[in-house]
Amino acid sequence: MNRSKRRTGRRHPLATVALLALGLVFTGGAYAALSSGTAAQAEAEPTSQETIEQGKKLFQANCATCHGLEAQGTNNGPSLIGVGAAAVDFQVGTGRMPMQMQGPQAQEKPPQFTDEQTKQLAYYVASLGPGPDIPADSLVNGGGDAANGAELFRINCAMCHNVAGAGGALTEGKFAPPLTDVSGVHIYEAMVTGPQNMPVFNDLNISPEDKRDVITYLKYVQDNRSPGGFELGSLGPVAEGLFIWIFGLGAIVAVTVWITAKSN
Amino acid sequence: MAQDDHSGTELAAADSSHEALAPTASPGTALISSDAFENPGFPPHRPRVTDEDPKKEKRAQRTVYTLFYLSILGSVWAVAAYMLFPIESNDVGAVRLNNMFIGLGATLALLGLGFGIVHWGKAIMDDVELADERHPIGGSPETQAAAAKVFSDSDKESGFTRRSVIRNSLIGALIAFPLPALVLFRGFAPQDQLPVELLSHTMWAKGTRLALDPSGVPIKAADVTIGSAFHIIPEGLAELEHGKLEEKAKAAVLLMRLEPSELNQAPDRESWSYDGIVAYSKICTHVGCPVALYEQHTHHLLCPCHQSQFDVANHCEVIFGPAKRPLPQLPIAVDDEGYLIAQSDFTEPVGPSFWERS
Repeated sequence: MNRSKRRTGRRHPLATVALLALGLVFTGGAYAALSSGTAAQAEAEPTSQETIEQGKKLFQANCATCHGLEAQGTNNGPSLIGVGAAAVDFQVGTGRMPMQMQGPQAQEKPPQFTDEQTKQLAYYVASLGPGPDIPADSLVNGGGDAANGAELFRINCAMCHNVAGAGGALTEGKFAPPLTDVSGVHIYEAMVTGPQNMPVFNDLNISPEDKRDVITYLKYVQDNRSPGGFELGSLGPVAEGLFIWIFGLGAIVAVTVWITAKSN
Repeated sequence: MAQDDHSGTELAAADSSHEALAPTASPGTALISSDAFENPGFPPHRPRVTDEDPKKEKRAQRTVYTLFYLSILGSVWAVAAYMLFPIESNDVGAVRLNNMFIGLGATLALLGLGFGIVHWGKAIMDDVELADERHPIGGSPETQAAAAKVFSDSDKESGFTRRSVIRNSLIGALIAFPLPALVLFRGFAPQDQLPVELLSHTMWAKGTRLALDPSGVPIKAADVTIGSAFHIIPEGLAELEHGKLEEKAKAAVLLMRLEPSELNQAPDRESWSYDGIVAYSKICTHVGCPVALYEQHTHHLLCPCHQSQFDVANHCEVIFGPAKRPLPQLPIAVDDEGYLIAQSDFTEPVGPSFWERS
């Protein structure tokens, strides 16, 4: 009966592993339940103290180095008092802030915060001073007049962003980014807040309905491909000229060589 | 072939005359030059594979007629594509399909023809080397004398040299003949106004309100927040029925508001702005493109055509590029109701230089 004694005297070698796994499942489950509970509480309540408190914590941990502990601005970053929720939602929501590095302008990158954290930051900054708010969905869903939007876009935006919204170069390394994959809400926020070197287009310059039309036009351009065939990046005569000089003339040279070569 | 034969005999004659004219050296001093140009003749004839292998020739033949059949197919397809992909109204995508498929058909038709003909010529037609001799350029002495005689005879008969009055009046008439065409260029500018005057003045006048492009709604100074850029036309331009584009081309203005502390204004122009709001002509002084790429923090205005840069904080002086003069500034003020108005027209002509510009 040596065998049975051994069985009772020693634990199975997998027992430790099983116990550990059980413990982890319980801890993880409890944490998930708890954190989803807090998330549900904080869900987009602009005026709630909870949201603002959360936003303040995020701000002090991630933004205060440049913008100051109270968002009053330092030598490295501007004051954010009065920029409004729209500015924060744009800059953080498109990944431009927190800034990757100093340069001619902040570059777009994958956003660092979740939508909820972005909103918390936005409402915290909005609580510091009045500023443009995040626009209502009805203004950014592309349900306006594309023709009116196109005229306004040509007058106000096309000189920098290109008439097809393909973007373009500015001075000293700055550039106007392409608008082809930008969400309606970010386009709206950019117009009201004037991020980086973009001028501000307030509601008395381009009314909210006109802004909706501009967004409608950009969505239309995205959804309807160019009737002229290859866009070549919609960059206009330079891209088209380069293409035809290289490939068109290349083809002509190749055919000329073939015509004059003796048949073998 | 007769032409070629003729040239051959001419060339032979020229050769023999050269031999006759060649200096004859005395046998003792002559150096025999060994580097004189010799006609290398034709390279050895290399037969093509289609000459030697009847199978290959058959294949080349097949290739050629296949190309021609493809060409027919392309033409037929282009006709069919016109009917299969019609341009329906209200659908820009249809234009793309229509153009692309008709284009593909036409391309196939033309390339099939072209490649077929060239391949036929290269691979199947007789392959022999031929020399095409050059003709001497000048005519024979008799031909030259005959031509000269025609000229002197006609001069004698017409009296072109002798009757100088007639001749000079003819030359005068020929000079006068193109003048009306030159004068017609005046018609490019309106008949009842001097072009120089038109280029020197715009629609702006004392008290004209600044209005939004394109709606024509006048704007108040309070509407223009810091960092804003407004595209401005004179009030009333949007309602013009005649000459609207001409006026807009001269009167377009970009209105910007900067922090007043960031504006460096000349003493005589301090009254031209209002609390950091400045208005400048949008027409580039280089060749007249609209300058409107405004950067709100650096205060640079960039012209997209030739990269001229203007510094809005310093009266739009040129800081880069081919433009030679700063953008003209529109003096602005605020009226009793708070609307922005022009103090006067631009004080200098807007846009690029012209002949009479002082």
